[in-house]
Amino acid sequence: MAKKKSRSTPEINAGSMADIAFLLLIFFIVATTMDVDSGITTKLPPMPEDEQQDDSEIKDRNVFTVLVNANDQILVEGNWEDIRNMRKLAKDFVANPQQKANLSENPQVAVISLQNDRGTSYNMYIQVQNELKAAYNELRDEASRSKFGKLFADLSDDQRQEIQEMYPIKISEAEPKDVSKSN
Amino acid sequence: MAKFKKKGGKSTPSINTASLPDIVFMLLFFFMVTTVIRDASLKVRVQTPNATEIQKLEKKSLVSYIYIGPPNSEALRKTFGTEPRIQLNDSYASLNDIPQFIEMERKARDEREVPLMTTSLKVDKETKMGIVSDVKQELRKLNALKINYSTKKGGLKDN
Repeated sequence: MAKKKSRSTPEINAGSMADIAFLLLIFFIVATTMDVDSGITTKLPPMPEDEQQDDSEIKDRNVFTVLVNANDQILVEGNWEDIRNMRKLAKDFVANPQQKANLSENPQVAVISLQNDRGTSYNMYIQVQNELKAAYNELRDEASRSKFGKLFADLSDDQRQEIQEMYPIKISEAEPKDVSKSN
Repeated sequence: MAKFKKKGGKSTPSINTASLPDIVFMLLFFFMVTTVIRDASLKVRVQTPNATEIQKLEKKSLVSYIYIGPPNSEALRKTFGTEPRIQLNDSYASLNDIPQFIEMERKARDEREVPLMTTSLKVDKETKMGIVSDVKQELRKLNALKINYSTKKGGLKDN
């Protein structure tokens, strides 16, 4: 009888369980950084294999040149422009709804060429990138809404690819001046 | 009357706290899962610019970070000046250290995952583009082409 009694495990006092859990909880609350990392995602062009020049010629009207100087001033196609007009200009250039002769022939061949100075501030660079990306995103949204009645982000993979082919994002960043100058 | 008085005595009934650990554990697991413990202590000031067209960085484990900005404390400024510097892992680095850094990051991952790796550039907004272009050029050479300019959400007017 006595033997039997000793085998039964004594009950562990679980009263301090809550304290332990609280301790851990407080540690993790303090250590948590809730902000998710986000940003503008781009893909750099691969390094050219050798020094051969790209011989595919791009017509002048299909290139939308954006230059940013060391004072963060923007030159778009030879005119001083404000950052606030960039999005509209870029959209007009890519889509070219009125088929103007000085804007791109069609969105597939349109290229935006972006060149900045070494003295340009990073902030301005991001703003310009952002506006150009926004122009494309707006065009894609408009296209997907008229075609599928949904926003670009809500499309299925096939539909998305179709829109992507309609408006391929071609933002070419001219290399720093000491390297071979393309486009 | 007396009958009621007797029953509803002044002593408050004790609440059963047996489920308290369960609740706390639930919260604990939530925070454990969402926690990202910062692995590098920053030695540069990074105030990222604002942008609207942002995408969330998926798969944190495949992201390597490069920080660029001016030294962020008085002591560091005394030794290193106020010019923007590159920080990799825990220390200042030069452009020549980037290949080794990327190589180490690649080695730490599965071979199949290497093409999916993203480099997140956390750059202070007052930095000049010169140093950023150099880093980008370096990454191009290393064929680490997927990059992400870390930004906060916000419009033009917030800058």
